[in-house]
Amino acid sequence: MILENAPALAIGIPLFAAFAVFFFGKLGKRAMKVWVVAGLLAAEVFIIWLAMDALSGISHFYAVGAQVPGIISQAGFPVRVVLVVDAVSALVALVAMSLCLLAGLFSLRFFEKKEGGEKFYSLLLLLAAGITGLSFTGDFFTMFVFLEVISISSAGLIVFFREGEGFEAGFKYLVLLAIGALFLLFGVGIFYGKYGLLNIGAIASLVGVNASFIDFTAVALIASALLLKCGSFPVHMWKPDVYQKASGIVSAVLVASGLVGIYALFRVLFLMLANTPLSAMVGWVIAILGVFSIFVGVTMALKQTSLKRLVGYAAVAETGFVLLAFGTGLAAVTSMDIFSFRAVIGGMFQLVNDGLDLGLLFLLIAAVGFVTKKKRIGEISGLAHKSPVLAVLFLIGMFAISGMPPFNGFASKIIIYESVYMASPVFSIVGILGSVMLLAIFVKVFVAIFLGPPYKGKVEVLPKSMLLVMCIFAFFILLLGLFPKQAIEGVFLPAAKALINSQAYIGGIL
Amino acid sequence: MIGFVFLAVIALAAIGIYAAMFKRNLIKIVVGINIIASAANLFLVSLGYREGGIAPIFTGAESLNMVLATPQALTLTSIVINLAVTALMLSFAIMIYRHYGSLDALKRRLKE
Repeated sequence: MILENAPALAIGIPLFAAFAVFFFGKLGKRAMKVWVVAGLLAAEVFIIWLAMDALSGISHFYAVGAQVPGIISQAGFPVRVVLVVDAVSALVALVAMSLCLLAGLFSLRFFEKKEGGEKFYSLLLLLAAGITGLSFTGDFFTMFVFLEVISISSAGLIVFFREGEGFEAGFKYLVLLAIGALFLLFGVGIFYGKYGLLNIGAIASLVGVNASFIDFTAVALIASALLLKCGSFPVHMWKPDVYQKASGIVSAVLVASGLVGIYALFRVLFLMLANTPLSAMVGWVIAILGVFSIFVGVTMALKQTSLKRLVGYAAVAETGFVLLAFGTGLAAVTSMDIFSFRAVIGGMFQLVNDGLDLGLLFLLIAAVGFVTKKKRIGEISGLAHKSPVLAVLFLIGMFAISGMPPFNGFASKIIIYESVYMASPVFSIVGILGSVMLLAIFVKVFVAIFLGPPYKGKVEVLPKSMLLVMCIFAFFILLLGLFPKQAIEGVFLPAAKALINSQAYIGGIL
Repeated sequence: MIGFVFLAVIALAAIGIYAAMFKRNLIKIVVGINIIASAANLFLVSLGYREGGIAPIFTGAESLNMVLATPQALTLTSIVINLAVTALMLSFAIMIYRHYGSLDALKRRLKE
C-alpha cells in the first residue's frame, strides 16, 4: 500500500517535513536535526526502492489521485497529473536526493552555534521536494511549478548566510530563472492551445506524427528555459557568481538541481524531437553549446583567484561534457548507431559523476573553511601538514573531475571522447584539452592550499559527520572508477535506453 | 477578435523583456518580470476562452456541457507563484540597497 504510492511520497515527505521543521525547531535543536535527517532519509529510501525497481526494468506510472494513469476525459485525453519513474528519472532523482541528504548530514555541525537552523533546513527540504518532483513529473505544468519551487528555495539558500554580495548573486539567479520559467510557461501555453493537453508523453505522441513550426517554437521556448537552469554556455553567467557567494554546502545542493535541469531538458528534447527531422540540427546545436561551455569554463577558471569561483567555472565545463555527449546522441537519434548510443551512455555516466565530483569539491571547500575559520581561501597555505585527510580527499576530487584514471571521471569521459570522435573529431579534441586544462588548474589550487610551509593558524578537528560524508563521496568515486563495466551494465545502460526509447514512455502514459 | 488578445500578449511580453534587459534600476527589472508574467497569464486565460461557452459552475448551470477549467487553474497557480517570486526579488533588492547604497545594476562588485 505504501510502496504503491512511493513516487508521490518521495515528493510529499520532504514537502511536509519542510513545513513541520519549525514545529520541531521549537522542541530543540536535537529534535529538529533528527526530524530533518529522518525526512530526507525516508524520501531517499523510497527513491532507492523505486530506482531498484526501475533499473531492473519495471517502470512506475503513478497517476495522482487515481487508480490508473490512463484516465481519459470526454474529449479523449488524459487529465491526471502523472508521475513517471523509469530508469533514467529514478537514477537522476536518486543522485540528486543523495546529494541533498549528504549535504544535510554534512551541515548538521554548522548549526551548533549558529541560529536559524530551522529556516535553512526548511529551504533544504523544500529544494529536495522540488528536485524529486522535477525528475518525476510527466506533466508540463507541474514541471513549471517544480522549477519555480527549486528557484525560490535555492535563491533563499544562496543568500542564507547574508554575506552582502550574496544578495547580488541571489538576485541575479532569481531574475534569470524567473524569466526562464515564464518562457517555459509560454511554451506550455502554446502546446495547450494546440493540443489541449499538458501531459508530456501525450503531447509527444501527437508531435511525432505531424510536427509543425508551432511545435518547434514551443520546444525551443521550453528548451531555452531548461538550458538556463542547467547553466550552459550563453547563459552560464549566473553559475560562477552563485557558486562563489553561496556556502559550499548550498553549492553542493545546487549542483543536484543543475543535474535535474539537464535531465528535464533532454527528456523533453528526446521525447519531442525523436521522430522529427529537426533532431539532428538541435542535437548539433546542443553539442556545440556543450563544446563552448567546456572552452569558456576552463579558460575562465584559469584566471580566477577565488577558489569557489574557480570551481564554479569548472562546473560550467562539466555541464558542457554532458551536453556534448547527449547532444551527439540526439543528433543521431533517428538512426541510432552504436557510437551515438555509447555517447548517451557516457552522458548518463558523466551526469552522475558531475554530482559526485563537484559535490565532493564543494563540501571540501566548506570543510576547509570550517576547520580554519577563514573566510578567504587565499589566506590558507600548507594545510596538508595539519590536515592530511583533507589533502587526500581533495586529490581524489581533483583527479576525478579532471578525468584521471582510476577515478570515475576517466571512465565516463573516455566513453564520451571515443564516441564523439566518430561524429566530430574536433569536439572530442576540445573535450580532451578541456580536461587536461582542468587538471592543470586544480594542481595549482592544490599546491596553493595544501603544500608549502606548515599552516601557522589554529586548525580545528574535522567533525566525524563531515569526514564520513566526504568519505562516502570518495568511496563512490572510486567504486565507479574501478568497476565501470559493472556500473554501465547495471545502471547506465538501462538509463540510457529509457532516455532514448520514447515509445516506452508514451506507451506507459496512454 | 481573439487575434487581438495574442497581439496584446506579444506586446506585453516585449515590453517586459525590454524592461528586464535594458533597465538599470533593480525595481524596474522586477516590474519588467511582472509584466512578462502578466503576458503569460493573459495568454493562458485567452487560450481557455470559448465563444458562448458555459462556465464550469454547477449551481444553476444551463447544461452540463461546460468548458474545461484547466487554463484558469493554471493561471491561478502561476499568479500565486509569481507573487512569491516577486516578493523574494523585492526583498533581495532591499538587501542589495542596504549593502551597496544603490539600486543601480551597473554598480556591482561581482566581476569576471
